[in-house]
Amino acid sequence: MIGVADARWTRYESAFWLLPVVAYFALPTYRPFGSQILIAGLFALSLDLVLGYARIVSLGHAAFFGLGAYAAGLLAHHGYGEPLSGLVVAAVVAALAGALASLLIVRGQDLTRLIVTLGVGLMLYEIANRATSITGGVDGLPDVSIKPLFGVFRFDIDGNTAYLYSLCVLFVVFCFARRLVHSPFGLSLRGVREGERRMPAIGISVARKLVIVYTIGAAIAGIAGALLAQTTQFVGIDVLGFARSADILIMLVLGGAGYLYGGLVGAAIFMILQDRLSDLSAAYWQFWLGMLLVLLVLFARGGVMAVLVTLAARWRKPRA
Amino acid sequence: MLNHLIGILFDGVAYGSLLFLISIGLAVTLGLMNFINLAHGAFAMLGGYVCVLAMTRAGVPFFAALVIAFVAGGVAGAVFERLLYRHVYRRSHLDQVLFTIGLVFMSIASASYLFGPGQQPVHLPAYLTGQVRIAGIDVGAYRLFLIGVVAVITIALTWLVEHTRFGAQVRAAVDNRIAAEGLGIDVARVFSVTFALGSALAALGGGLAIDVLGLDPTFPLKYIVYFLLVVAVGGARTIKGPLIAALILGVFDVAGKYYVPQVGSFVIYALMVTMLVIFPNGLFGRRG
Repeated sequence: MIGVADARWTRYESAFWLLPVVAYFALPTYRPFGSQILIAGLFALSLDLVLGYARIVSLGHAAFFGLGAYAAGLLAHHGYGEPLSGLVVAAVVAALAGALASLLIVRGQDLTRLIVTLGVGLMLYEIANRATSITGGVDGLPDVSIKPLFGVFRFDIDGNTAYLYSLCVLFVVFCFARRLVHSPFGLSLRGVREGERRMPAIGISVARKLVIVYTIGAAIAGIAGALLAQTTQFVGIDVLGFARSADILIMLVLGGAGYLYGGLVGAAIFMILQDRLSDLSAAYWQFWLGMLLVLLVLFARGGVMAVLVTLAARWRKPRA
Repeated sequence: MLNHLIGILFDGVAYGSLLFLISIGLAVTLGLMNFINLAHGAFAMLGGYVCVLAMTRAGVPFFAALVIAFVAGGVAGAVFERLLYRHVYRRSHLDQVLFTIGLVFMSIASASYLFGPGQQPVHLPAYLTGQVRIAGIDVGAYRLFLIGVVAVITIALTWLVEHTRFGAQVRAAVDNRIAAEGLGIDVARVFSVTFALGSALAALGGGLAIDVLGLDPTFPLKYIVYFLLVVAVGGARTIKGPLIAALILGVFDVAGKYYVPQVGSFVIYALMVTMLVIFPNGLFGRRG
């Protein structure tokens, strides 16, 4: 199998996955906030497949997050509150929408993709906003009651179930994504990323690869949205908002796109920063966020992961 | 009924003219440097605030305020181009998008810090308010004025691009940058000047737009789709392209909001996706 050496789990990765487990026991009062970070991490992971591996710049990824959230939310709202099958339905709905949108996306170049992703996102927001009888409009969707997980674990106010449920889903999806990018399909994606024009010469349809990865990315975003709806037992219209699309993009590039871990790291840093700074004032937070973006582009291309990788390479060199 | 239709068409054309005026600078940056400037609307917002401040704080008349906004936009554009933008021209589109979104966020936060989150008022001179009767149809005086201003500017721009030495340099740089540089054209300078001009026009548009689009700190984000769409559909190689795209957009948006208000902005988003499906490279072709 190609790329197997690359695909072996390292001890750094194992150590990384210990962190959320340690956090669960060390910071019990932060479990509800922690599950928000895990969900944002999953959402960022979905964008990483689209942006980091397929180089599709998306300004409307919240479309799929929101679809997933509404799919799971509406199921529970109408009395079907089983969480796991809710996730599956959300993934399927988001994947269908992603497959449709991807047909538009493969047709154009960066600017067209930018507008199509932005436009699809705004369009869905507008639909959710107007269809108040179904979605509750700006007031959000109330009465989302989720049944206990496996019929045993209730979604309690302390966020215990929410945290562990989100962590398990994140880990399972992450393993899938990791497997995907190290598979032959993932390698051909890397080929598309490095030289889009050369791939057809070795018999690979770029458009088909992009459609597949975009659909998968949409499905994962849908799962993340469904997780949010289920763990908070509410769906607000902001799940489809432009701010969410922009935030997730920022989390990903802050952590570093194209490593899978970047989105998780970026989500944690971003959410903690936001939690601390936005207490001051919402407007200040937006200013610092903008400044962060400008500085990232000017001085820290590749985000936290790129810095870590460079440091690791420098540290290894003297020994070699 | 027919009068109604003509009235909507007229409003749509006025609205489209405004979109064209604000977006033309974006088309130039894209055509010339293949640079996606999502912060272009921030220059329009700057023009709007300069206009409001000049009129309310300094008591400057409306027309003089517009001129001040134009100049302020040009100066701001030149400064930002020199200090910031030139560092990201050769970066990937992703970097450009992130960088300019960062600028948009900073501009929104600054504007709400300085001027508060509310809508800003504009007091038009008396002769620009009310209705004017042309050929038996009542049209808004200000809308008529807008169309007139944009028509004059479009003619001036066309003359600038097609009949001056500077215009020839711009066209050469858009068509083939490397060859233009080989001929001794200082493309970086051409770009600085056009960037400043584009920002100035956006600022003028922002000042003119207060009465039509409103002015609050979220302006650069709220209309970003419209500006991008004008350029994506109209292409970046001509003046005619973005103009036609802006007019189509304006008419459909006004008509959609009038005839089917219950679906809101849905009409325009649907139109835009449809147009990009049919013309993925714009109505008149686009590079990059």
